[in-house]
Amino acid sequence: MEGDIVQMGAYIGAGLACMGMGGAAVGVGSIVGNYLSGALRNPSAAQSQTAMLFIGIAFSEAFGIFSFLVALLLMFAV
Amino acid sequence: MTTEATEAAMAAGHAAGAAAEKGGMPQLDFSTFPNQIFWLLVTLVVVYLILTKLALPRISSVLAERQGTITNDLAAAEELKLKAQEAEEAYNKALAEARAEAQRIAAETRAAIQADLDKAIAKADDEIAAKTAQAQKAIAEIRAHALESVQEVAKDVAREIVAVLGGKADARSITAAVKAHLKDLKGEGRP
Amino acid sequence: MAAEAESETGLVFHPMEQFKIEPLFGEGPIHWYTITNQTLWMGIAVLVIFLLLVVGTSRRALVPSRIQSIGELAYGFIYRMVEDVVGKEGLKYFPYVMTLFMFIVVSNFLGLIPMSFTTTSHIAVTVVMALLVFVGVTILGFVKNGIGFLKLFWVSSAPLALRPVLAIIEVISYFVRPVSHSIRLAGNIMAGHAVIKVFAAFAALLAVAPLSLLGVVAMFGMDMLVAFVQAYVFTILTCVYLKDALHPAH
Repeated sequence: MEGDIVQMGAYIGAGLACMGMGGAAVGVGSIVGNYLSGALRNPSAAQSQTAMLFIGIAFSEAFGIFSFLVALLLMFAV
Repeated sequence: MTTEATEAAMAAGHAAGAAAEKGGMPQLDFSTFPNQIFWLLVTLVVVYLILTKLALPRISSVLAERQGTITNDLAAAEELKLKAQEAEEAYNKALAEARAEAQRIAAETRAAIQADLDKAIAKADDEIAAKTAQAQKAIAEIRAHALESVQEVAKDVAREIVAVLGGKADARSITAAVKAHLKDLKGEGRP
Repeated sequence: MAAEAESETGLVFHPMEQFKIEPLFGEGPIHWYTITNQTLWMGIAVLVIFLLLVVGTSRRALVPSRIQSIGELAYGFIYRMVEDVVGKEGLKYFPYVMTLFMFIVVSNFLGLIPMSFTTTSHIAVTVVMALLVFVGVTILGFVKNGIGFLKLFWVSSAPLALRPVLAIIEVISYFVRPVSHSIRLAGNIMAGHAVIKVFAAFAALLAVAPLSLLGVVAMFGMDMLVAFVQAYVFTILTCVYLKDALHPAH
């Protein structure tokens, strides 16, 4: 019985952890959107900033991956 | 089972090993870590050696060679372009010269023709003038002759008329009358 | 517990099964020298790199063939990245960066072959690579700048009162670097493959089989992108850390 509750908690926690992915999605969307609006204002400078764009995406996305990882840990490792 | 695993999760390594045994995340199965790390290091060293000993020098030399070839080709192209420009200039010069020559010849010919023409025209003018003079002389002669004839005829006619009318006309008065008439005719009759 | 995810509908989810490391020959425990399926795919990655960069360029053609231009593109891509991010003096470390990039990108794409094994989805692999970068960069920073390397944590453009606080944050973020650096790569790759597997498991239900197939195809395309972008990100972050080591002043 106790084990079932633990398992249920783990699954609920995994589901909750997946909400973090939404945050990452918002972050990535914001970065790309701002990049795009900047790039449309000044297309000549856009090319030199793609590296910064990808670094920003990577940082933002990492947190989504962390939440995914937490979900996986709750699902499989706890 | 889950209780044990949960408790053991506090002691990370052990729990992960247990989790892996029951189909958990293979990534957290610490018993495979030495193996993975060892083979990863071997792989990285091999890749590094391949890259530094073989691949990178070769690729960089190929790229440098290509760059050199491109530069050389560009220089050669530049040279050829200069040559082409020179050739074009020479051609243009030759063309201009030829054109000037042609114009000169044309002008000369025109002048020669003009001279001939002028001569011919002058000659023709002379002839025409001579002929005109001759013709005018003839016309003047004819006119003088005609006037004389008219005078004679008029005298004759006047004498006859006078004679028919029964008068006796002396030649002098008839001549004077005819002359006066003719002078009037000349004054009026000319348009 | 994953094994218990099996329900009455007959659906079987084993998204983590594909990452299992097994000895290639025979059974038994995995010692540090055991040749496993992971070892095999690492070897294949080395072989692919060899074919691409060494055999592909062996003709040294002035007008490159397709394989040769792939090798030259990869070379030019990383070379320019190092030059742009780190600067001219960073070109000394170009072979290390290139090694990491080639291994990661080739492993990522090999992992997308069905039935294959993805070496970069393992945290042990990415952590070792991230730690190599972290330790290497830290040592390099101290060797190049001496104690001046600590200026990296002392934000001189901030108000004086804030600097100690910022320094603590900077130190923490510096030590979190290898964690995020490694988990980003492994997590992305693992997530992509696990999601494909979950979609594929739905194919057992006839009603949603076409949808699941479509999902698998879409996720596969997404993973192709992720495979390249994550290799790119890992490499460019390596370059950024390298730049910090060479020019620590903010």
